[in-house]
Amino acid sequence: MIDLDDIDRQILLALSRDATQSASALGRRFSLSQPATWRRIKRLQDAGIIAGRKLDLDKEKLGFGVTVFLGIKLATKGRVSLEDFERAVAAIPEVQTVEHVLGMYDYRLRVTARDISDFERVLRRRIMTLPGAGNVEANVLLSEERRPGPLGLPTGS
Amino acid sequence: MLDDLDRRILRYMQGDPDTSIPDLADRIGMTASRLSRRLDKLRETGVILGTRAVINWQALGYAVEVSLRTTLDKTQTRAFDEFIEAARLIPEVVEIQTFLGQVDVRLSVIARDMAHYQDIYREQILTLPHINDIEALMQVARIKSDESLPI
Repeated sequence: MIDLDDIDRQILLALSRDATQSASALGRRFSLSQPATWRRIKRLQDAGIIAGRKLDLDKEKLGFGVTVFLGIKLATKGRVSLEDFERAVAAIPEVQTVEHVLGMYDYRLRVTARDISDFERVLRRRIMTLPGAGNVEANVLLSEERRPGPLGLPTGS
Repeated sequence: MLDDLDRRILRYMQGDPDTSIPDLADRIGMTASRLSRRLDKLRETGVILGTRAVINWQALGYAVEVSLRTTLDKTQTRAFDEFIEAARLIPEVVEIQTFLGQVDVRLSVIARDMAHYQDIYREQILTLPHINDIEALMQVARIKSDESLPI
C-alpha cells in the first residue's frame, strides 16, 4: 500500500468529482507543474486506487424512474449453486450491482426500472426465477448521496 | 428527446468511459465532429452529468465495508434530517441512501479492519440520533459493480 500525502488526497477527491479535469488544470489548483501532477495521477492509477472512470447519466431523463435495492436469501446453498446464481443474476441488464454479503441476506442487488410495473416485471420474470433464489426483500430508493469518505483526513488518523 | 443514435453513443460510453472521441466515432461509424456535437447536446440537456474517477477504498487500506440498514424513530418529525446531518460528519461513511420500505436509511461504512470498524460502530454510529434499529450486512465480494443503465 502506498502512502498518500495531502496533495494526493486532494487530487483524488477532485477527480472523484470530475475525472475530465486535465493534469495541467489540476496542477494549477495545487501549485504543481503539469508533469508533476500527471506523475501523481499515474501513481494513483498504478496502485489501483483510481479503479477507473464512470460516466454519470441522469437516469430519470433516460426513462429509468425507479431504483430498488433487493436483499436476497438463497433457498439452497453449496458452492455450485452460488456460482450459478451469481452468473445468472449478473447477466440481467436491469441489475446494476451485485454484492455478496454476510448477514440476514446472501446478496444485495441494485435494480433499475422504468416504473413500478416495469420493476414488477423484472422481479417476477427475472429475479424470482433465478436458480436458488429464496426470500426477497425490496426497498425503493428515495435519495442517495455519495460522500468524500476519509479523504479529507491526514493519514494515520 | 433521445434518438437511437444518442442511445448507442451512451451505451458505448457507459461500457468504456475512457475511449477517445475519434475512437468512439470510428466504432459508431460517424465523424468525430458530429459525435462531439451530439455529446455537447447531451451535456447541455443534462443527460450526461459528468465523468468521475472511481475510488477503490480497498487499495487505500480500507479492507472492510459494511452496509448498515437503519430504521428511525418516526415519532420524531426531524428524525431523518437530524440522523442524516449527523451521519455526514462521520468520515468513514461513504454513502447515504434513504428508502421506502422496511429500511429507512442505509449507510455504507468503510474501515481498515474489524477493530477499526468496531470503534466506528460503537463511538460514532450507535451515538447517531433517533435510531430505532440497526442491521449490518458485511460485504464479502462485489460480483457486479458497473451501475450501468440498460439503455
